Amino acid sequence: MVLVLLAAPLLTGFVRKVKARLQRRRGASLIQPYRDLRRLLGKEAVIAENASWLFRTAPYLIFALTWVAASMVPTFAGGLMFSWTGDLIVIIALLGAARFLLALAGLDIGTGFGGIGASREMMIASLAEPAMLMIVVTLALIAGSTELATIAGYLETGAAGLRISLALALVAFAIVALAENGRLPVDNPATHLELTMVHEAMVLEYSARHLAMLELAASLKLLLTISMIVAIFFPFGMAGGGDGLIDIAACARGGLVWGGKLAAAGALLGGFETAIAKMRVFRIPGLLGIALMLGLLGTLLLYISQGL
Amino acid sequence: MIAVLAGVLALLALGGVGMSRSRRASGIVYGVSLLLSSALGLVGLHALLAAGPETVALPLGLPWVGAHFRLDALAGFFLLIINLGGAAVSLYAIGHGRHEHDKARVLPFYPWFLAALDLVVIADDAFTFLFAWELMSLVSWALVLAHHRAPGTLRAGYVYLVMASLSGLVLLLAFGLLAGANGGYAFALMRTTRPTPGIAGLALMLALIGTGAKAGLVPLHVWLPLAHPAAPSHVSALMSGVMTKVAVYAFVRIAFDLLGPPPAWSAVIVLLLGGASACLGILYALMESDLKRLLAYSTVENVGIVFIGVGLAMAFQASGFALGAALALTAALFHVFNHAIIKTLLFCGAGAVLSATGERDMDRLGGLIHRLPQTSVAMLIACAAIAALPPLNGFVSEWLTFQAILLRPALPQWGLKLMIPADGALLALAAALTAACFVKLFGIAFLGRPRSDAAREAHELDRFSRAAMLGLAAISLLVGIFPGVLVDVLAPVMREMFGARLAAQTPLPWLSLIPVAASRSSYNGLLVFLFIAFSTAATILAIHRVTSRSARRAPAWDCGFPDASAITQYSGASFAQPLRRVFAATLFGARETVTLPPPGDMAPARIEKALPDPIWDRLYAPFERLIGRLADFLNPLQFLTIRRYLVFVFLALVSLLLALALSQ
Repeated sequence: MVLVLLAAPLLTGFVRKVKARLQRRRGASLIQPYRDLRRLLGKEAVIAENASWLFRTAPYLIFALTWVAASMVPTFAGGLMFSWTGDLIVIIALLGAARFLLALAGLDIGTGFGGIGASREMMIASLAEPAMLMIVVTLALIAGSTELATIAGYLETGAAGLRISLALALVAFAIVALAENGRLPVDNPATHLELTMVHEAMVLEYSARHLAMLELAASLKLLLTISMIVAIFFPFGMAGGGDGLIDIAACARGGLVWGGKLAAAGALLGGFETAIAKMRVFRIPGLLGIALMLGLLGTLLLYISQGL
Repeated sequence: MIAVLAGVLALLALGGVGMSRSRRASGIVYGVSLLLSSALGLVGLHALLAAGPETVALPLGLPWVGAHFRLDALAGFFLLIINLGGAAVSLYAIGHGRHEHDKARVLPFYPWFLAALDLVVIADDAFTFLFAWELMSLVSWALVLAHHRAPGTLRAGYVYLVMASLSGLVLLLAFGLLAGANGGYAFALMRTTRPTPGIAGLALMLALIGTGAKAGLVPLHVWLPLAHPAAPSHVSALMSGVMTKVAVYAFVRIAFDLLGPPPAWSAVIVLLLGGASACLGILYALMESDLKRLLAYSTVENVGIVFIGVGLAMAFQASGFALGAALALTAALFHVFNHAIIKTLLFCGAGAVLSATGERDMDRLGGLIHRLPQTSVAMLIACAAIAALPPLNGFVSEWLTFQAILLRPALPQWGLKLMIPADGALLALAAALTAACFVKLFGIAFLGRPRSDAAREAHELDRFSRAAMLGLAAISLLVGIFPGVLVDVLAPVMREMFGARLAAQTPLPWLSLIPVAASRSSYNGLLVFLFIAFSTAATILAIHRVTSRSARRAPAWDCGFPDASAITQYSGASFAQPLRRVFAATLFGARETVTLPPPGDMAPARIEKALPDPIWDRLYAPFERLIGRLADFLNPLQFLTIRRYLVFVFLALVSLLLALALSQ
């Protein structure tokens, strides 16, 4: 759990670096996100006059919710300590709870930007969340379980083979992952043009330690989503779930493979973001609608025939 | 059993006290209602856990039939829900009811309403059932009309009365079909006789219409958003939180108990209506800016979710999969319980806002979290719970419903194979839209800056109301943390209905919830709650210990353009605008027109939105027009001379005789 937390800003830094290199800039150092966090933590918080207690507690709760969700996602080893606390649906719901609080925090100050961010975030979520759930249903029907560890273990054995529904789920998952993490073409994480912001608009009024918590939660969520994708669709090289005894060598190997997979996914993300432009807000539902339909199609195929 | 009847009689008698003009009548009526409801709720819980059903027959009602009452596990569970809601609302009303200006229009009917709700679930023959059902409708109609001078109330009462009569009439026909030609009106007789599949299917559809009209299934939901907001707030809480549940009870009783295993096609229809209600209900709610109307539409959504669970149970039962049926019905009844708690709390909160500010329009509220601190904590919990966020109770029932969808047994029918995954998507969509809707409710009404003087000067409520709301919020959290307890409490109902039950949940380590198998799915509310609480506390402590904890208050930054005027904030309508454009433009035909004045003209720019209601326009309005035209056409018949009336009588006699002669 702690490792995930430590690795999260590194991944963010890596994606930024890749983007910078592709744009022929040198880019900030890989550990810049850590420096940003330290700087933010040391500062005095400035809180708007009419902010309520919700505004001040929300960053901590959002961070905690994301962290708890992250602790249920297998990274480099199967057999997590807490994986039986909840299944994939619980993970999605925990992320949904974090988003719910963030949208409320955006509305708390009563500014136009907070409202626009919250409103658009909920619009995006209203399509991304069902798409995500349909992907879960597809996976659960294939693996006969909604437990992420069980699904990953089942797919690792290769018993599922190549299936149309899995391919549909992968495409849908990739779209949803972009939307969930506020990446291009849905939202621009680097924007400072007010009217194009979604996530940034909601956290506009935050400063210092509160902002640090939110930034950390966002990095953590990116890591979590990518880990989820690689755990489900590319589960090879994971250290098996040792009962009691932890095999250090296997864990180290799994950790290396996981790091490699993350780096590959991060590079892909950076390349994709460089290649594509931000969409108009009202074209996003079309994109997410595709994800939802693909998810539903995958489920329908499985209901009709076990083999597809 | 006797205790329940005594309680019902006492409630009926309490209505008499309510008629007195004494100043203390309000406190007495609500206080005694609180005690009686608590007692009845305990009786319900006892019946749920007790061994077998108890029956009583009284020589009342129809000759040769009498009045039968029966208290089994299902009735006990609903008795528990009704009286839990009733007790909380009575406690709330001890404080809130004092603000009522015309007490004599509410006090006599309130205990009668509670009594009628209780009577419906213990009735064991068609006559007693329908009598209690109609009593429930009529008394609640009287309560809807309590504020009869408010604009719109009379129309609400009229629409409600029409829909309630439709529901009563259709249920009468359904029971007629079930009773058969020999007139077996007692439920005990209906259980033993098995009608032919055609009759059973017809009776089931009639029962669906009759109970759906009461519960608010789309397209029979039109009266809910009119009538629920028109009533005094604590009555709205009962109508939305409890009365719709009684309708669900009636459907479950008829579909699973009185009729045999349902045909598979009927499950498709129930699933379709459930999915449609879930999605359309929450979309209507999103477009609404009136607090109580929004909550009424959200009730439509939740009833839809319950009926999805019920439909799944029917589908599984039709394919002979008892364990799946038990899981689906457990999910549905769990959601019934959750929604009863949450919606009662939400309506109490809306009532608190209404009495603190006099406003129901959320675009004139804002910033209430500062003025009503305790109410807003309760409302925040309720909003999170109804948006199905862990670790609260709303999440558990939706999670269970998903687990039921994921079971995927060998289904006999193509309709079901397509409908069940589609319902999964609709359920997911409804859940996400609910989150948006309740972010809107809480964010606009309770957060931000006050948009009117009334909201700026609101005052926290009396301690009874606050105690009721915080108590309900605590129940919501507790059930979310210990869901296994409620699942186990529901086990006798499942055994009664399907002869199968889910594995016992309470002995599992760490109070996990494992509906089917540990490798399949598990959820542990307690651990999720502990993890969240622990990590939040640890983070706050660590951050405050290690780094700076200084904070300074300053004006909002707002990208450098803060505007002092509160109307520059996002309003409810602007919050919902993206969703309106995405969903409502195609579904409801919502339109927006922007009028910009030409350059140089100082006139204001305008944006106009039109949000038609296609269900009312296409389904009800033509019917209304037809009735109106028919009435106009027949109107002259009122003013005829006696000779003409005699001619009519004579002609009627001749034609009847002719018909008789020709048919023999």
